[in-house]
Amino acid sequence: MNPLIPLFVIVPLAGAFLVMITGRFLKELDKYLTSLILLFLVIISFYSLSTIGENLSLYKVGGWEPIDKVPIGIYMIMDGFNAIIVCIINLIGFLSALYSISYIKRYTSSNYFYALFCLMIGGMNGVVLSGDLFNIFVFLEISVISSYALVAFGVEKSELEASFKYQVLGGMASFLILFGIGFIYWKTKTLNIADIKEAFANGYDKKYYLFVQILILSGFGLKAAMIPFHAWLPDAHSSAPSPISAMLSGVFIKAVGIYVILRLFFNMFTVSEEMAILITTLGTLSMVIGVFLAIGQWDIKRLLAYHSISQMGYVILSVGIGMILISRGSKPEIAALAITGGIFHLINHAAFKGLLFLNAGAIEYSTGTRNLKEMGGLARSMPVTSATSFIASMSISGVPPFNGFFSKLIIIIAAVMAKFYLLAALAMIVSIITLASFMKFQRYAFYNKSDIKTDQKIKEVPFPMLFSMVVLSIICVLLSLLAIPDIRETILTPAVNILTDHLKYTTLIIGQ
Amino acid sequence: MIAYIMCFILFMVGLYGVITRRNLIKIAVSMSIMEISSFLFFALIGYIDGGVAPIVDPADPVKIYVDPLPQALVLTAIVIGLATTAMMMAIIIRLYRKYGTFDIREIKNLRG
Repeated sequence: MNPLIPLFVIVPLAGAFLVMITGRFLKELDKYLTSLILLFLVIISFYSLSTIGENLSLYKVGGWEPIDKVPIGIYMIMDGFNAIIVCIINLIGFLSALYSISYIKRYTSSNYFYALFCLMIGGMNGVVLSGDLFNIFVFLEISVISSYALVAFGVEKSELEASFKYQVLGGMASFLILFGIGFIYWKTKTLNIADIKEAFANGYDKKYYLFVQILILSGFGLKAAMIPFHAWLPDAHSSAPSPISAMLSGVFIKAVGIYVILRLFFNMFTVSEEMAILITTLGTLSMVIGVFLAIGQWDIKRLLAYHSISQMGYVILSVGIGMILISRGSKPEIAALAITGGIFHLINHAAFKGLLFLNAGAIEYSTGTRNLKEMGGLARSMPVTSATSFIASMSISGVPPFNGFFSKLIIIIAAVMAKFYLLAALAMIVSIITLASFMKFQRYAFYNKSDIKTDQKIKEVPFPMLFSMVVLSIICVLLSLLAIPDIRETILTPAVNILTDHLKYTTLIIGQ
Repeated sequence: MIAYIMCFILFMVGLYGVITRRNLIKIAVSMSIMEISSFLFFALIGYIDGGVAPIVDPADPVKIYVDPLPQALVLTAIVIGLATTAMMMAIIIRLYRKYGTFDIREIKNLRG
């Protein structure tokens, strides 16, 4: 029993109510309280990451001990993989909360904003740490409903429309997931992920199994905005307040989308070749189509949102390559390399996409526009924003000293070693188009002549916003250290092992 | 078996409504219908013909009990469904105030 695990859920949920009530009476308290809550979560999440290693610790909610080694209560599980995701969630959440201290002055009733923010963090932590399918669904709904409200927080025309679209598609995804859980429960009579794996190991109807897998994949694929299911993402991510866009794009689609897909398809289902090929195809489609949709955009946040689809494509593609190799039973070390690349890129994407959305928010805060054609020459008036967004742009396009380069390199090397030459070439081409698209962003926003038609002089944003951006850009540079073999082996390898070793997860949970 | 088919039909009715209706309120109602079909499906999973409520009676141990877990799940899911429906209605009311219409064809600020 690890007593730290429930804190990740309890603290933000309790904090949400505390922030909402105290914020009504004591102005200004809510913002600092939220930052403190998230700082606490960051500390315990990094502590957990540093101690977890190859182990797996679990917490049985309500103290329900297993009977005859069959788990009956709800399990919350922390292992090498979700410890990383929890660190990302809370770190980006903390920096976004700090950033909001200044940014949220554009809106009224900030206590509701912070309450919803805490709820979203709590829901995401719950999804990531849960070891029980229905519990994943419940926490997913907590985080998704608060994100619906946060997308509509501006209550203007486009915000409301984006939120409605998001709700219709998000609702569909929830029903698909609910049906998937129902079908799984029907056959296995259990909801614990490790126990479901055991139950399916005794033999199953292949068509039924495939049907359930497709239901689950389409449900969580909608949440992760893979390409046939992507329609809601550009609207929702570009309409939300910028710190929330950073959360949604940087963390949310990973925590409730990609993470759950990886967890379920590696640790709950047996990896099969059909599904592996399907997942790789979806990843490739997302990667290629996402970048082509992005290149024509003139709204900064829409451009960044489409790039999120494309970059998530990289993650899904490399994990899919790993799944294909595992299902064929050949070359396990290349499969491990591909999955390492995927997880590495996932971590990197959280850092640079969070930073880019914060930059976009800073530009909007200072100039009042999001249209690239209406800005220019900001490099002189906003030097820090310009420098940090340069780092982030270079990271996302995979330019050498920054983190994005190393993860893309690992993905491409893995694809070449696995003899998927076409996918490797596509990954390279998409990376070049991404670079072109971000050159456009840099040029029109920061280096062109100024076209801004406002009377007052454009100033750099206040300190809390600068602080978050600078910290994130330092993280962007530091994350490239993960490519060094020693550091990679202590942080990324446990995460890859828990996914690729198909018996480890089950035996560790059923054994305890 | 017929109950499962009915459940599937209900889901399809909801899906048809979401796709074809133009009125925001009707879309929300269709979403609720889809939701209900998934709840019904869950309730059906746990049902056993001739089963009784799972209250263990020591005097009569051979009784057939229905599975209580799906019922608990459905109760949780209904509460979540209530929250989503309320959220959606709140957004619809706000949309009506901004646009002055429930027609989805006229609400198209976001493009491309």
